[in-house]
Parts: sequence; structure tokens; C-alpha cells
Amino acid sequence: MTSRAEVEVALAKAVREERGRLVAGLVRILGDWDAAEEVAQDALVSALEHWPRTGLPGRPGAWLTTTARRLAIDRLRRSSRYRERLARIATETREMDTRPATGGPLDADDRLRLLFTCCHPALAEEAQVALTLRTIGGLDTPAVARAFLVPEPTVAQRLVRAKRKIRDAGIPYRVPEPAELPARLDGVLRVLYLIFNEGYLASDGAVPERRDLARDAAWLTSLLCELMPDEPEPMGLLALMRLHLARADARFGTDGGLVLLADQDRSRWDAAAIRDADRLLRAALRRGRPGRYQLQAAIVAEHALARDYAATDWAEIVGIYDRLLLIEPTPVVALNRAVALAERDGPAAALAAMEPLASRLAGWHLFRAARGEMLRRMGRLDEARHATRAALPLVSNPAERRVLEERLAQLGSGRSEGPT
Amino acid sequence: MKYMVLIASDGETWAGIDEAEQGQIYGRILAWWEERSAAGQILEGHQLQPVETATTVRVDRDGGATVTDGPFVEAKEMVGGYAIIDVPDLDAAIALVRTWPAPDLLEIRPLVVSEGMGT
Repeated sequence: MTSRAEVEVALAKAVREERGRLVAGLVRILGDWDAAEEVAQDALVSALEHWPRTGLPGRPGAWLTTTARRLAIDRLRRSSRYRERLARIATETREMDTRPATGGPLDADDRLRLLFTCCHPALAEEAQVALTLRTIGGLDTPAVARAFLVPEPTVAQRLVRAKRKIRDAGIPYRVPEPAELPARLDGVLRVLYLIFNEGYLASDGAVPERRDLARDAAWLTSLLCELMPDEPEPMGLLALMRLHLARADARFGTDGGLVLLADQDRSRWDAAAIRDADRLLRAALRRGRPGRYQLQAAIVAEHALARDYAATDWAEIVGIYDRLLLIEPTPVVALNRAVALAERDGPAAALAAMEPLASRLAGWHLFRAARGEMLRRMGRLDEARHATRAALPLVSNPAERRVLEERLAQLGSGRSEGPT
Repeated sequence: MKYMVLIASDGETWAGIDEAEQGQIYGRILAWWEERSAAGQILEGHQLQPVETATTVRVDRDGGATVTDGPFVEAKEMVGGYAIIDVPDLDAAIALVRTWPAPDLLEIRPLVVSEGMGT
């Protein structure tokens, strides 16, 4: 006998770790997304019924896989249309029985296929995010809804529509061909980073699901690294996420306000986690195929490894931004490079680098705020006030708003600045 | 799977291309079309007469009909042709369509294959 509580803990853990694997395998067997989710659910319910009576199995994941497979076969038997499929699994099952039920190459492939299908560019971005979290991340629909601050029926509808499109438009269930792989892998990484940022940038502590998203995304990315061990960019993204997470606690002060990098208490950073993430990044970079995530991680690693703000190697950081700009020539990257340039060559050089970006970034609060900061450092206080004030109506995050308001207060009202 | 590919052009884009180059593009489209038809990927399809030749018939619920001049959607992009293709899945359809040799928009729609309509 096993207590109900123990079963629930074991089951919660198995759901977390195994649900994606189960659904992935079942989609391939049944060829039907909804049926796969139902069967996975049935297998979990069956565990909840059996385990208290029989005791916890040695390998809960293997137990669930076997049960789900049996349920899937029952379901196929009931439907004559699936005879052909059934014949195919019969052979496969015999092959499967000779190798470990979990961690074999077969289910690794299934989960990878599922991830690429969830992140197919023919699906709307929010549907890609919801599908990935639901089917591979193991979050249920209400949890996805809470995490993204959208009504539950909206998420449910996105999922239904996406699954319908996968079926009716013939979105294939497979890892893309080598020729397509770089672009498609980029799409998967973008979805994972989007999920991460949604959680990492969330300032709303009242919704724990939002903060959890960052860890969910890191977990999914580590899964991708496991499934595609030869690709350096997933490793770069995972290093980037871990470098951020290792310093997350120091980002907020005791009053809940945002603490800027220069003012953060570095003793609150997780030094061991930073070293691990840096090692992961070095391993990725050694492959000699740097991409946007490896380079972003390299920049964050420079900050994370610096003893204090003054010890930051700004020349190195500007150099990495130059390489990043070659891969990703966007005004946002150019702005970040300009901010780093201020530390190396002074605010006037940075301001000169920012001006050409104004036409494209004027509507972004961080551009106005960065420009205001350069003007302040140059002593052009009236202009600094003007630029910072212009950023205020553009900011939506309350923690960022508070930083801007403090800066404005420090700049004064403008009338007490002495004779004009 | 069978898909219909609707090929639409943006008039402004084409207005910016001189006649000699337009001729070359048409040549490339013909070659593209022949090659894919011979490979069995394109089952059928046509270029359409310009949108000025379009006539829209609106049939209402009690069977009445109104006939008007022009296409049913007024958009910057105008449908100028279509192809019915037969490929294994959406990825194959995208791979086929992305080699289209002209600056156009291509919409891929799966066909409903049932006993009622079509084959």
C-alpha cells in the first residue's frame, strides 16, 4: 500500500516529466492529436487508481508508457479504419520491448518531432507558445491561461484551432529536412525564449505561474539540448537563460523595485550556477558556429563573471555586440551596443551612435531612457529631462516606470538649475 | 495531400519592374510551371485575366442574386492565378511554393476531399 499523498507526488512528478513523452509517442501511434491527449490522460487516471493499491512502480515513466500504449491499441481496435496502423505498432511494440521503455532513441525522436510541429511557422505565434507549454511542458490549459494573463476559453480555443490546422492543413509530424533545419530550429528557439521572457520580465509576483514560465522554458530548452546534442544554439540559449536565472534574485530590491545591473548586490548571485552556465556556453562556442543566442549569452556571461560593475570588460562586450550585429542587424541590438559603447568611449560616442536609430526606435521607452541617460552624463540636463519624460507614457511595466520616475526626480524640476 | 495555391500580385510591386524584366519573369514562371507539372506536383492551374475582367455574383439566402462588376474583395493584392498541387504535406507544399520565381504572395489552402465535391 502506498498513501494517496505519495501517489499524488509521484504522479505530479511523472506528469511533469512524462506527459510530453507520452503524448509525443501517442500522436505517432494514433495519428490524431486529440486522441493522443485523451489516451495520455486516461493513462494518468489509471495510475491514480492503481498505484495506491499496488504500490509505486519502480519506474513510473515506464509504467505509464506501457499503459498508454495498451490503451492506444485498445482504441485502435475499436476502429476498423486503423487496422493498418495497428499492424505497424504490433511490429514496433515487439522491437520496443527489447529496449528500456524510457530514454530510448525512439521516444527522443517523438518528442523532437512534437516540438517542431508545435513550433511550426504555419501556426500563429501565440498558438505555438500554448501548444508547446500544453503538450510538451505539461501545463494544463488553466495554467497556460494564468501564465499569459488571458482568459481560459481563449487559450482553449487557440489550442483547438491549432490542432485542427495541424490536421486539416497537413502540417507534418517530423523533424525538418537538413535544408530547412536552421530556419525551423530558429523558430523553436524563438518560442522558447519568448516563454522565458514572458516569465523573466514579469513583475507581477501575485501570479506565480508567470515567474514559473522562465523555469519551464529553461527546462524545455534543456530537453531540446538533450535531443539535439550537436546543435550549439540550443546550448547557447540554455546558457543565456541560466545566466539570467542565476542572478534573478538580485534584480528586485526589498521594496519590490527593479535594481539596475550597476547597483545589484553581486553576493546574491548564484556563483556556482553562473560558472556552470559559462562552461555550457564555452562548450557551445567551441563548435565554431556562433549564433545570436550564443553571442547574447557571451555578453551576459561577461557581466555575470565580472567581480563588480567597475571590473566589467566593456571593450570585449562592444566587440561581441559587433559580431551580434552581423548576424542580427536590428536597431535594438545597435542600441544595446551604443549603451556598452558609453562605458568604453564615453557618453558622447554613445549618443552619436544612438541618433541614427531615432527614426525606428522613437516609440520605445528604453531608447528614450537610454538617450536621456547619455544626455545626463554629458551634463545636458534640460535635454535629459525632456528625453526621460518622453519615455514615461511609453512604459507599461510598473517596475520600469518606477526607475524612470526616480531618474526624473534626481534630474530635478529644471527650474533650480541655476542661472540661465 | 491536395492543396490549392492562390497566386496574388501586388500591383505596386509590379509597376516598379520594367517591361523587359517583367518578360524575363514570365519566362521563368513558364519554365517553373512546366517543370512542376511534368513532375506531377501541379495537377492543374491557370493564369487568370486581369482583375478588371472580374464579375461577382452574390446569391442571398432566398435564392436571389445580384451581379456586380469587380472582385469580391477589394485588396491591394489581386489573385492572378491558381494551381492545384498534390504533395505529401504542408512542408512539401511550402518547399514547392517558395521557389516561385516572381515577387508575389501565395496562399496555400488544403482541399476538402469528400464524396460530395471533387474526388
